[in-house]
Amino acid sequence: MILDGKCPKGPIQTSWDRHRFDLKLVNPANKRKYKILVVGTGLAGGAAAASLGELGYNVEAFCYQDSARRAHSIAAQGGINAAKNYPNDGDSIYRLFYDTIKGGDFRAREADVWRLAQVSNNIIDQCVAQGVPFARDYAGYLDNRSFGGAQVSRTFYARGQTGQQLLLGAYSALARQVKAGSVKLFQRTEMLDLVVVDGEAKGITVRDLVTGEIRTHVGDAVVLATGGYVNVFYLSTNAMGCSVTATWRAHKKGAFFANPCYTQIHPTCIPQSGEHQSKLTLMSESLRNDGRCWAPKKKGDNRPPNEIPEEDRDYYLERKYPSFGNLAPRDIASRAAKEQCDEGRGVGPGGRGVNLDFADSIKRLGEDTIRARYGNLFEMYEKITDENAYKVPMRMYPAPHYSMGGLWVDYNCESNVPGLFVLGEANFSVHGANRLGASALMQGLADGYFVIPYTIANYLAKTKPGAVKADNPECKKSIEDIKAQTNKFLSINGKKTVSEFHRELGKIMWENVGMARSEESLKDALKKIPVLREEFWKNVKVTGKGEELNQQLENAGRVADFLEFAELMSKDALHRNESCGGHFRVEHQMPDGEAKRNDEDYCYAAAWEFKGVGNEPELHKEPLTFENVHLAVRSYK
Amino acid sequence: MSAHTSNTMTITLHVWRQAGPNAPGKLEQYEAKNVSPDQSFLEMLDEVNEDLIKAGKDPIAFDHDCREGICGMCSSVINGVPHGGQVRTTACQLHMRTFKDGDAIYIEPWRAKAFPIIKDLIVDRNALERIMQAGGYTSCHTGGVPDGNAILIPKPEADYAMDAAECIGCGACVAACPNGSAMLYTSAKVAQLSVLPQGKAEAAERVCAMVDAMQENGFGNCSNHYECQAACPKGISVKFIAKLNREYQKALFK
Repeated sequence: MILDGKCPKGPIQTSWDRHRFDLKLVNPANKRKYKILVVGTGLAGGAAAASLGELGYNVEAFCYQDSARRAHSIAAQGGINAAKNYPNDGDSIYRLFYDTIKGGDFRAREADVWRLAQVSNNIIDQCVAQGVPFARDYAGYLDNRSFGGAQVSRTFYARGQTGQQLLLGAYSALARQVKAGSVKLFQRTEMLDLVVVDGEAKGITVRDLVTGEIRTHVGDAVVLATGGYVNVFYLSTNAMGCSVTATWRAHKKGAFFANPCYTQIHPTCIPQSGEHQSKLTLMSESLRNDGRCWAPKKKGDNRPPNEIPEEDRDYYLERKYPSFGNLAPRDIASRAAKEQCDEGRGVGPGGRGVNLDFADSIKRLGEDTIRARYGNLFEMYEKITDENAYKVPMRMYPAPHYSMGGLWVDYNCESNVPGLFVLGEANFSVHGANRLGASALMQGLADGYFVIPYTIANYLAKTKPGAVKADNPECKKSIEDIKAQTNKFLSINGKKTVSEFHRELGKIMWENVGMARSEESLKDALKKIPVLREEFWKNVKVTGKGEELNQQLENAGRVADFLEFAELMSKDALHRNESCGGHFRVEHQMPDGEAKRNDEDYCYAAAWEFKGVGNEPELHKEPLTFENVHLAVRSYK
Repeated sequence: MSAHTSNTMTITLHVWRQAGPNAPGKLEQYEAKNVSPDQSFLEMLDEVNEDLIKAGKDPIAFDHDCREGICGMCSSVINGVPHGGQVRTTACQLHMRTFKDGDAIYIEPWRAKAFPIIKDLIVDRNALERIMQAGGYTSCHTGGVPDGNAILIPKPEADYAMDAAECIGCGACVAACPNGSAMLYTSAKVAQLSVLPQGKAEAAERVCAMVDAMQENGFGNCSNHYECQAACPKGISVKFIAKLNREYQKALFK
């Protein structure tokens, strides 16, 4: 099937304005008759639930954490992009649009990206009004910093905790709606199934994580804002509870999964220290503004970094990309770091690390300035590694961080299942094959505050409110299915823990479907994943009961889904016989090692339809056309 | 893998186990073996749990999520101190190198009237949510707000707001307070919003509503012990409590 993103035709500059006018409206008196279920309370979900509640809809919001404020958007550090052009350095909506399309290696939809750039400015205004304490200068004006993949300073920030502050802004807006009675919050509640009635999304089945109760909530539309799936690698920068479960179970109920192979490996994370490790910690990319990446020129040079003289250091990013230098985009910086280590020039345990050195900046600006800019990051680094980065360079290594792929949606953020909307990292829409730094926060809030409030009305206006009741047979069936799965987990009583399976899966994925992929490695993964999945269902051990707080049971469900999803991710990576952005196939590279796209054959979004576990999924294509940015080789030299 | 991991430790844990809100609880003893100094405290607990599961026993339930000290989910009293007593550090960022071989560690849940125990080390912190819902926001609408630079905010005020806004809502301040007071938590939000021009309009109403909610939800009063500041993993200062008191006085005379 050829998919249609339903993008507005005509000049892109006015596309969103014209589209907004064409969308149907729900009149204020009717809004309260519609119930909207919002799953996830991060930037996208929190902003959506608050905005929809404020408009007068009857909203139910769900999160697995004990508070909406703990969604993983909270961990984003560096900043949020907007095309304000406050520094007068040449920025514009057009340039942010252009940089995002180019940064995504020409694998995103133009119209969606334009809209994102256009509403980026409203986001900053909105957050300021909420009381988000963005960094300001002494005159009281908002401050900006630069970020990877851009030559202008368009990133707004709140120390090294921008995600936290933006999320607390959305959370406060949500709290206001809870008090007003328009939003009902369900915390410690995990979505385990999508209820589809007559082809439309009309409910979700959830598990109350405290009591273990499994029940269905019905509504007139479902909004998924449940984040990304890089915990498929086991070790990643995501929170422990982040999973593919909500989107994967929607996928199993008919929603297409688009571009699952596009994952972002972040270049600046603290290297792994041992086998015990449960997660990897990111150090904001903003550090590359003042830190210089280098590796020793000689293989196996294990002198302490401060004793290696200038002439024996290779500032590889500055050498290879003189115009962007240390601010090259993430995929490029990550691969470059891996390259240094693969050549035997890595530093630290196992030689899996490169230096990020602040000595020059400290000399130029003083330690106090560096402390003011990145103090909390240096502190965090010291807690984890026991090293003082004001004195010795930080050691960095790439780690899985973000997923550009996600459920397929059209221009309205609506999936192919009518009534199912997908926002933020959970959808596939704007970042193409690689996301630029400080653009995830922008997308989450754009979708939640400024897109879904308009587009969901267009769907609701065509439906009768309250059409599906809780006693619908589909609801009963969904509850029975989830109960059966729970009982299955508890009855296997095997020998291996859920974590052991997750760790094994992570290893397969990191080695075969990680930063560099080949036909051979992908086929190897596709051989190993089903074997591991089969073993899981025979040999996993989950203790306790279903009707209680049971964290092992929660994890079992998430890992079971990763074991299915991993196969689709590998299949997508194998099918995409080109390199683009974060998807690097070693068979397709330029003589200098850069990703080599194949626009002739692969200039499309790959949306997969579920056909049963272990069965071949069906591929649907949405062709991508570039009318405003010319398809070109991405160069940051 | 790491050069650091050679000298592993054995640690005796005394962990609070409680099956449910109304079940009796008690300290149970466990042995944590082969603990690497580079391990985080929660990773050490993970390994104890792996052994428990394999032995067919119920693993220790504890809250955690981001494991990088920002989500505020983790919540254990370690050797009598919320988050373990390392300055500006959450339990998830506490590393085992701060302990030594042979140590005994006591691990308990947040203990406060406002935080009923759900299971083992997990408590119900909804009372904190209700304080925020009472007034921890500016009543701005989505859209229809002025340009971000339309109202200037001098750097010292922006910085002051940011210092207060660093609160991660973990509740360590409540657990550390002999009165189980939520003053530090509440004052951080009151201070952040009352210093910013965007929050000033509703400052009086907000501080009254949030203080009322604090009292209605089972939190004690503040009697200036400052244990909250000492336990706070983000170093939130008690100066914000003084700010709350000033704002509250102003509101009463309004």
